[in-house]
This record gives sequence, C-alpha cells and structure tokens, in this order.
Amino acid sequence: MMSAGVELDRIEKTYGATTTLRAATLDVKPGEFMTLVGPSGCGKSTLLRIIAGLLPQTSGEVHIDGASIDHLPPRERDIAMVFQSYALYPHMSVAENVATPLKVRRLSRMARLPALGRLLPGQARTRREITDEVRRVADLVEIGPLLERKPAALSGGQRQRVALARAIIRDPRVFLMDEPLSNLDARLRVTMRAEITALHRRLGATFIYVTHDQTEAMTMSSRVAVMMDGTIIQCSTPQGLYEAPEDLRVARFIGSPEINVVASDTVAGWEGGNTRLGQLLQRPLHIAFRPEAVRLSAESAAQTDMLHLSCHIERTERLGHDVLLFLRVLADGAGVTARIPAADFARLDAPGGVLTASLHPADLLAFGPDGKRVALPGLAAATNRGLSHVG
Amino acid sequence: MSVETTGAPRAFALPLRRKRLGAELPGWIAYALAAPSMILLCLLMLLPIAVMLVMSLTNYRFGDLSYAFIGVENYLDLADDRTFWRALSNTFVYVAIVVPGSVALGLALAVMTTGLRRGRKIYQMIFFLPVTATVVAMATVWKYLLHGTIGPFNLVLQSLGLPAIDFFSDPDLALTGLAIINIWSLAGFNMVLFAAGLTAIPSELYDAAEVDGLSEPLDRFFSVTLPLLGPTTLFVIVTSTITAFKVFDTVAVITRGGPRGSTDVLLYTTYLEGFSYFRMGSAAAMTVVFLAIIMVFALLQTWVLDKKVHY
Ligand SMILES: Nc1ncnc2c1ncn2[C@@H]1O[C@H](COP(=O)(O)OP(=O)(O)O)[C@@H](O)[C@H]1O
Ligand SMILES: [Mg+2]
Repeated sequence: MMSAGVELDRIEKTYGATTTLRAATLDVKPGEFMTLVGPSGCGKSTLLRIIAGLLPQTSGEVHIDGASIDHLPPRERDIAMVFQSYALYPHMSVAENVATPLKVRRLSRMARLPALGRLLPGQARTRREITDEVRRVADLVEIGPLLERKPAALSGGQRQRVALARAIIRDPRVFLMDEPLSNLDARLRVTMRAEITALHRRLGATFIYVTHDQTEAMTMSSRVAVMMDGTIIQCSTPQGLYEAPEDLRVARFIGSPEINVVASDTVAGWEGGNTRLGQLLQRPLHIAFRPEAVRLSAESAAQTDMLHLSCHIERTERLGHDVLLFLRVLADGAGVTARIPAADFARLDAPGGVLTASLHPADLLAFGPDGKRVALPGLAAATNRGLSHVG
Repeated sequence: MSVETTGAPRAFALPLRRKRLGAELPGWIAYALAAPSMILLCLLMLLPIAVMLVMSLTNYRFGDLSYAFIGVENYLDLADDRTFWRALSNTFVYVAIVVPGSVALGLALAVMTTGLRRGRKIYQMIFFLPVTATVVAMATVWKYLLHGTIGPFNLVLQSLGLPAIDFFSDPDLALTGLAIINIWSLAGFNMVLFAAGLTAIPSELYDAAEVDGLSEPLDRFFSVTLPLLGPTTLFVIVTSTITAFKVFDTVAVITRGGPRGSTDVLLYTTYLEGFSYFRMGSAAAMTVVFLAIIMVFALLQTWVLDKKVHY
C-alpha cells in the first residue's frame, strides 16, 4: 500500500459571518502520524471534514501527494474516516458494516440489493473475496468472534474496533480519525491508544488524528499540530511543543499541570538571577516556566544565578509518583505550581508551610504581549530537566 | 462536607412537617390513590366494550323493552351474510390501496421537505392541512372535483382528449376514488411522523456512508434513511391501517355504499345494521369482528417492534 502526504494550503471556512477556519496550513508527510489537537470548537472536525470531502472549504486547497483533490467527491479521495460516534450502520451486522466499503466498490448496485442481489450470476467470487477480507481485517483488530452481532450488542470499545476495521478494509492512503477515543472510559482509552499507534506502524499509512486531549496527542504521534481559533498555531514533535512552544496558548495547552505564567515585572522583583535577566525583564512580557522547573528547599540556598522566592504552601495534590504543590509567593502574592517527586516531598521540611522555590533563568520562557515567543538571548541553554513529565 | 452547627443547615434540618422522600407507601394508600383512575378506566373503556360483547349475544333491537340471549347466533348469521362478507372484502381492498399509498407518499413528502434548505416549515404545514380539515366538508369538495361531468378533473382529462372517468358512479372505481381521498388526507400526517423519524438519524451516519462510497441519493436513501426509519415506518403502517379500517365518513357522505354495494365497508354496514335496521345484536357482533381485526394489527405492531426493527 502507498501512503500519501497531505498538504493543507491556507484553508478558510466561513459560515455566514462567522469564520470557523482561518488560513489553516499544514504539511503531513507520507506515513506520518499527525495529531491535530485543540480545545473543543476550534475547528478540528471542520478541517477533517474538508479533507475528507464532506464539506467544501470557502477557500484554500487540499493536496494529496502534490495533486489537488478539491474536485474529487469523498469516495474518490482514497481516504477513510473514523467518527467520534463510530457511525456504524445499526441495521447491519458487524461483518456487513465492515464489508460495506468493499461491496460498494466491487459489486454493482443491482448485486448489492438485499436478498435479491445474491441471485445475480457472476459475483460469487467477489463475494467470497470480500468475506475473506472482512475476516482478515476483523482478526487484525480482534473482533473476529463478533462478526455476526449487531452494533447495539457491542461495547463502546468493540464498536470503535468495528469502525477501525471498516476504515482499514479499504486500504486507503490516508486515515482520518475524529476523536475516536473520546467516548471510551479512561482505562480503555489507554489500551486503544497503544493499539492505534501499533496499527499505524503496521499499516504504514498516513494518519491524521484529531483530539482535544493533549495527553493523547503527546503520546501517540510523531508530530502534533496545535489548533486554536480556527488556525494551526504550531506544528512540531511532542518534545518540541513542550520545550519550545512558540505561542503562549500552546505553552498553556500542552503539559499538565498548566505551565506557570507570571508578568515580567513580578519576576523582576524576585531575588537573585543575573544582570542579563534583569535587563531582559525591562520589557512587558509573559514569563512562563514548567512546574517541574521549580526546585524546592527549606532554607534559602545561595546559588548565584538562581531566582529565589519565599513561598508558603496553599495546597498539595499527591499524584502517586509526584506531588503537586500550589504555592503563593510571600512578597507579591503570585501563584506558582511546583511538581516534585514524592520522595523529595517526603524529605522536604517546610516549617510553618514556608519554603524557598528556586528557578534557573534558563528554564524561563518569555512571550510578548501578543502571546508570541520572545527569545531570551544570553541565558544558558535550556536543560532537559523534567521533560519526562510530559502529560 | 460536614453538616454541622452553622445556622442555615439547621433551618433545613428541622422542617415543620417531615416528608418521606423515596419511602415506600403502604399498599392500601397506593391502591386508594390509583382507585379513581381505575374506576374511570373501567367505566369509560372496559364497560362499553363489555356491554357490546354481551349485546352481540342477544337479539336486542333498538327501542325494544326486552331481549333474549341467543348465543353465537348473530355470529353464525354473519358467516352466511353475503353483505357482511362483501363489506369485509371491500374494507380490505380499501386498506390495501390506502396504506401503501399514504405511507409511500408520506415518506416521499418527508424526505423531500426535510431536504429543503428553506421553506421546509411552510411546505410541511401545507401538506399537513388536509389532516386538520373536516373530512365531511372535504368529501363534498372531492365529490365535486371528481364528478363525472362537471368535475375539473374530468374537464382536464377531456381537454387532453382522454375519456372521462366517473369515479363515484362506476362500481369498479368508486372504492379507488374514496381511497384517493383518504391517501390525500393521511399523507400529511404520515409525513410529520416520518419527518420526526428523519431528524433522529445522526448526520455522521450519512458522512460515513459518503466516505464508504454511498454517495448517490438513492444509495443513501436505501442504505441509511430507509433502514433507520424502520421503527417509524412500522408505526406509520399500523396507524395508517387502523385509520383506513375505520373509513366511514366519506362513504356516508359521497357514495352511501354504492354504486351496487361496491363501497359498502365494514363500519358503514354496521352503522346501517344498528341505526337503520335497528338490529343492535347483529351490529354489535360486527363491531366485535371489527375490534378483533384492529386488535390483531395492534398486537402485530407491538410484537414486531419488540422483535425485529429495534436496534
Ligand atoms: N453548520 C455550521 N454552521 C455554523 N457554524 C458551524 C457549523 N458547523 C460548525 N460550526 C462552528 O464551527 C466551529 C468549529 O466546529 P468543529 O469543527 O466541530 O470544532 P471541534 O471539532 O474542534 O470541536 C464551532 O464553533 C461551530 O460552532
Ligand atoms: Mg469535533
């Protein structure tokens, strides 16, 4: 099977006066697992439906392998789609559901008639081939024993597998998946996540996967495109998005708990830091840092470059391996979230709930008033501390 | 959360009268509360039917002061009564025309109007109008429209050089003429039922069908719309059948069973038997037969609904 690259070139979509998509541009490489992530209502489904040909865009072009496909109806685009609600045909058995895309392509309309169609001559072989295909694909997603059931008699996870099988059977060049796991419970979601990535590796096709769940995005894909307000604001590897967000909205959306954001004049009032940082903080900026960049100690350490803030603990949340501490800076009342391993927390001795939080200037990300990333030259290169805490 | 000593929760904790929420009531209270509706149900629904059943076993004539039980003689008489059998077969033929016609037309109207980008409401309202019209008044209009000599329908036929069709004086066509009127008045109602069924079909299913290659309107109709309307269709068929079975007013107003008994239907025969010939016992027996037939359809509906068309 051939996988294909998908290029979206400044896709716009307007409904009357409201603009749902504005200049959405994205380049998906052949065989890539690309995730589109963004909050609900940002236009992810709309974009996916435009790629599938279910919805015409107002302007902009969709290319597959360099060729424009905007004139092609959905069935000729060689694209399969998995829907959030699974969209299985309720009156058909699992086997019939999975077979539908093949039947439509390989059997004439007469032959597809219920009951009557079977009597037509010269299609027994095609039917047998289709049955074999259905069995093969059903085994691939482990629904072999369910083939005779109706969708109503299946659990959510099983329905999702049927929907996947119906997409796989056509051997399409591109798979589109619109929040396929959002109706499943948390445990099942984790298993299906692994299965879908395994499926992607086995099929080698291009996957465009839509989700509003940043954990899914970060764990499944080779690259993630973050979408906000109808446009793609950054597309990068999961690591890249986490370490080097180009937009404050991306920084806030990716990572849990949310990144700390403080105004630059507040940071300027914090103790320590080097002179270079002092100069940089003259401008009005949003300063952001990850919760795991915050180091905690009971006594004020005297390390030169570090920023030191005296805080008191407002609240703690134990996450098992890690502990979240919600801190309040004593001097200016700024809120800071810290994430430290549970073992370190046990050793931490904070008399009266007061402790010192330290930050390395290199861990600070700066964003201009428009939310765009501003380089902070002169500070040491970012360390890799805490990056295992993605999601 | 603790419910402790602050003032506000205490006010809630000590209401004047304690209400038992979710507690089980003693049986006699439950029966006492249900009694009024049970009594009404018996008086208004079951009693009249019981009286009719009893009456069908008597030789009661309207206005008589006495009557005698004659067992199933009324039913045996019916079995030999050519008029009754003709009425029964006329009714079945009538139903066999009206049900497919009104269901298919209702479905077609529903699919066409729901697909409209604008004006859906106004079209559906217009098609629903016949449902709200009084059948007797409309029957008069239809009698004129389809009249053999002065009716506009025939004037059109004649102007096209075609032979005139006199629906209500031709024994072969009179029943069809009445059926057309019923289709006309029933289709709008069925359309509304189908339209409600259509809105319940998830749009993602149409998207899936389109991606699967079922993009032609006919493909979409037969692979998504029609199967998903299954339960609605069954309901519509059964209600239409029952409505068609009860045909009476157009017969009474337009044909009075004629010409030559060709439009003599079950309810009309029953009516004549009871209120023209005053043979109440015999009329009651016919009504029992009528009710039995309707009951079969109602049972069929619940049975099939439970069994098959449910997803
Ligand atoms: N038919 C429509 N008419 C008007 N607005 C629409 C229509 N369909 C979607 N929208 C709007 O487009 C926006 C994006 O929708 P959608 O793509 O479904 O978001 P997402 O999938 O990211 O949650 C929403 O704000 C929604 O209100
Ligand atoms: Mg969506």
